[in-house]
Amino acid sequence: MNAPVDPKKLIKGGLHDWEVVVGMEVHAQVSSRAKLFSGASTEFGAEPNDHVSLVDAAMPGMLPVINQECIAQAVRTGLGLKARINRRSVFDRKNYFYPDLPQGYQISQYKDPIVGEGEVLVDMLDGTSITVGIERLHLEQDAGKSLHDQDPTKSFVDLNRSGVALMEIVSRPDLRSSEEAKAYVTKLRTILRYLGTCDGDMEKGSLRADVNVSVRRPGEPLGTRCEIKNVNSIRFIGQAIETEARRQIAILEDGGSIDQETRLFDPGKGETRSMRSKEEAHDYRYFPDPDLLPLEFDQAYVDALAAGLPELPDAKKARFVKDYGLSPYDAGVLVAERASADYYEAVAKGRDGKAAANWVINELFGRLNKEGLSIESTPVSADQLGAIVDLIGEGVISGKIAKDLFEIVWTEGGDPRALVESRGMKQVTDTGAIEAAIDQIIAANPDKVAQAKEKPTLLGWFVGQTMKATGGKANPAAVNALLKDKLGIA
Amino acid sequence: MDPNELTLAEARDALKAKRISARELTQAHLDAMAKARALNAFVRETPDLALKMADEADRKLASGEARPLEGIPLGIKDLFCTEGVTTTAGSKILETFVPPYESAVSANLWRDGAVMLGKLNLDEFAMGSSNETSAYGNVVSPWRRRGSDAQLVPGGSSGGSAAAVAARLCLGATATDTGGSIRQPAAFTGTVGIKPTYGRCSRWGTVAFASSLDQAGPIARTVRDCAILLGSMAGPDARDTTCVDLPVPDFEAAVSRGVKGLTIGIPKEYRVDGMPAEIQKLWDDGAAWLKEAGATIREISLPHTSSALPAYYIVAPAEASSNLARYDGVRYGLRVPGKDIAGMYENTRAAGFGREVKRRIMIGTYVLSAGYYDAYYVRAQKIRTLIKRDFEQAYAAGVDAILTPATPSAAFGIGEKASADPVEMYLNDVFTVTVNMAGLPGIAVPAGIDGQGLPLGLQLIGRPFDEETLFAVAQVIEDSAGRTKLPEPWWA
Amino acid sequence: MSVDEKTVRRIAHLARIAVTDDEVGPLQGELNAILAFVEQLGAVDVSGVEPMTSVTPMAMKKREDVVTEGGRAAEMVANAPETEDNYFLVPKVVE
Ligand SMILES: [Mg+2]
Ligand SMILES: [Zn+2]
Repeated sequence: MNAPVDPKKLIKGGLHDWEVVVGMEVHAQVSSRAKLFSGASTEFGAEPNDHVSLVDAAMPGMLPVINQECIAQAVRTGLGLKARINRRSVFDRKNYFYPDLPQGYQISQYKDPIVGEGEVLVDMLDGTSITVGIERLHLEQDAGKSLHDQDPTKSFVDLNRSGVALMEIVSRPDLRSSEEAKAYVTKLRTILRYLGTCDGDMEKGSLRADVNVSVRRPGEPLGTRCEIKNVNSIRFIGQAIETEARRQIAILEDGGSIDQETRLFDPGKGETRSMRSKEEAHDYRYFPDPDLLPLEFDQAYVDALAAGLPELPDAKKARFVKDYGLSPYDAGVLVAERASADYYEAVAKGRDGKAAANWVINELFGRLNKEGLSIESTPVSADQLGAIVDLIGEGVISGKIAKDLFEIVWTEGGDPRALVESRGMKQVTDTGAIEAAIDQIIAANPDKVAQAKEKPTLLGWFVGQTMKATGGKANPAAVNALLKDKLGIA
Repeated sequence: MDPNELTLAEARDALKAKRISARELTQAHLDAMAKARALNAFVRETPDLALKMADEADRKLASGEARPLEGIPLGIKDLFCTEGVTTTAGSKILETFVPPYESAVSANLWRDGAVMLGKLNLDEFAMGSSNETSAYGNVVSPWRRRGSDAQLVPGGSSGGSAAAVAARLCLGATATDTGGSIRQPAAFTGTVGIKPTYGRCSRWGTVAFASSLDQAGPIARTVRDCAILLGSMAGPDARDTTCVDLPVPDFEAAVSRGVKGLTIGIPKEYRVDGMPAEIQKLWDDGAAWLKEAGATIREISLPHTSSALPAYYIVAPAEASSNLARYDGVRYGLRVPGKDIAGMYENTRAAGFGREVKRRIMIGTYVLSAGYYDAYYVRAQKIRTLIKRDFEQAYAAGVDAILTPATPSAAFGIGEKASADPVEMYLNDVFTVTVNMAGLPGIAVPAGIDGQGLPLGLQLIGRPFDEETLFAVAQVIEDSAGRTKLPEPWWA
Repeated sequence: MSVDEKTVRRIAHLARIAVTDDEVGPLQGELNAILAFVEQLGAVDVSGVEPMTSVTPMAMKKREDVVTEGGRAAEMVANAPETEDNYFLVPKVVE
């Protein structure tokens, strides 16, 4: 029944080894201009209650009308998750009282979601990959926001988010470690961003996860799970799982049992704590929203959306491996963001794919990371980087000089080819000039010359001196050949 | 010419012919309204607004740009949100609520030139059949039993609408019908009321009771007046997903079509045990009149009739329990403090809702709660499918409209049905509620006076979106029965 | 089915309606009268019947993804019992 358990994934308890089992409900804000059932803006950061329609404020007699773009976005996402698209789905009311839930119910999809089973392929750092089952994706309304720190006795309610469209993407409990969970959310985020159906901005709350965690002895049936609500960064997802798994293990090893409950992760204290006891468990009284008809569309609608989908990361990665001869790892790094992949392809076009990948991943990404910049705000364009790669390929500059050139382009901009000319960065292949430099070095260091005959590794020292003398512009192959000849090294 | 005795159609013609001005017509109704406060039909009078609208109507009439309802003074049930005018739904919880928007139905009436006299009383959140659940006091019917001055109910929930129309305080009124709330009060007051097909009128801006059952419609003194009003109230609305995109037919033209060649169904299941002889006779008379006018009368069967009322008392409270969750003391209306947020909710809703509303919210909450949903709600919705199928089969077999009594009895006295068993009151809607469950159009038309001198009505049920046939058939009944003589204004 | 006192209190809490001890008994009686009335539905054969989801079979109307509303914060809070800076104020909510 169960796949063999990878011992590396087990958590060591005081008494036994434990397997953690994780499933996730990811809430992804749908990219749309207007809300799911009203014409108010979804834009982030407005003045309180400014992006609120009569519908969002649940004024008496107000009725929801669905935003067709949100439907299209959910279908696109379903297609991106290789999931079954349900051509008939139903909107239900989930009834509960909360001050940031103005209607007294959330319009969601319960029994008949718009998207059914799908899957996500997740690559792990160690080169293995796992397939995470998607149970469903449904559309629902976001709630408003309450601020609790303005006043000692009052909470302040802002309904700007109230009614913004969310996709709740529910995974199967297929994840077996915090690493897998983090990688899954990362991959999901990549897919959503490729599709353009969610911006994935976790800082703005565009992507949040409810994490279901249970532990069991390997081979045993699933344990009782706890749901950790609203974890809003990938790092916290990992921490929350680790913390919660250890809490459960401690209880179980102590002979206790786990209460199924909703918990909150407190990153400051590094603990999860109970939000709601079982007695307070909600009875949501789901029923089909009588203000909304069932949502129905035909296959042609789905097909048209499918035809408009971009190439997704898995396909792109496979193509990069095949067409550019990249390692799966490098290809994976490049396709993690659609903009990075596009940048890479612009650099690689008509050039050596591997060299391009090296420059994009090591130099560009490295530098962007260091500066905390995204690919969208790179100061070095794909054309500029392409030109640098060309200059190396043509033997005009050495790899070392290329790094200097990259630095100049990064800070000052400009056409790399022109910069090489104007700053005299061209590689020296003229053996006469190199010879002159070498002769000078040999003349100045007779002791080293003598040693070199017995100790050929000293060649490296001479190469370094020569490069220094020529300002790094000497062709390294020519320097090597000349030095060997003059020093009499075989 | 007594402006208060005109029908809406007559007033319209008199305005167009300049025999009366909109201001005169409006003032006459404002005066009648002011003198009729004993009826408690209006919860809010808006005389300044009325006169302003009347003056605008007079300008349009003078410049020859008169719109279909130019200068016609109307009452608006206080369930329709009116911009800048307090809208309470008959509830204490909305005592202070001033909507910043106008309901689709009332906006349509103002678009067509009508004049608002004020807001009409109703059962709280339209939950009731006698107008005794209003937080603003019950409405007193303009009708009395012969030789008695005992106060009678006007029916409900559109009790204020029916009473105001019967007492000639307005030429017509908006009303809503979730289980019979237009047709039962119309029958109790000798007026005409039509609940159109679900989806004919937009629900946007009307305080919701039970979304899948609620429909707006008019109450007026004649079939023609109802046809005129519905023509303005109805129409597509992009803001209501359940409102159909069908053009509004010329309902007034349908009034004179006659019934020749039509087949009228008489459902045998409506012959309930204990039906008063007078009601049975009224029903037989109605069938005879229609036959005489050229219709074919055919007995039909609607086998799931008896399930409609109990199924209704699952579906309607379920939807209501959810629709009324928004009244929580946060964004509008009453707030009663509590020890914490949940306490605030509980105190607010305990103080803001009346007994009947609380009862229905609780029943609705119960039937939707975990473990009961399938047994109650899902089952009731299946029964709804069966009820609708009964009608579909009758219509498929060639029936054009169905004739039934509108109510099982004439109006009763205020306080007479205040027993501990709420079901006794619910039985008032036994003939009307099937129509809501199936989403069909239904009209109540006065057809006679009982032994105590109280009006009785007949109901006609039509095919979906075939209100025209209902108006045609109802007109034949109105002609055959003779217009009901409305009570003299003892209240003035 | 019928409800006991405990259930009446549970439903009242779910519905966020405070009930006094005096109210529980009468409410229980009324709710049970209604439940007894709807009990007869158990006798109806509903096998193979689809529950009604919409009275009128039609395609659901949809809106374009266009911002048409907003910018009315003051109006949104105008009816509220307690506000500050266009926020709705409620008794402090503790999570
Ligand atoms: Mg969830
Ligand atoms: Zn959710």
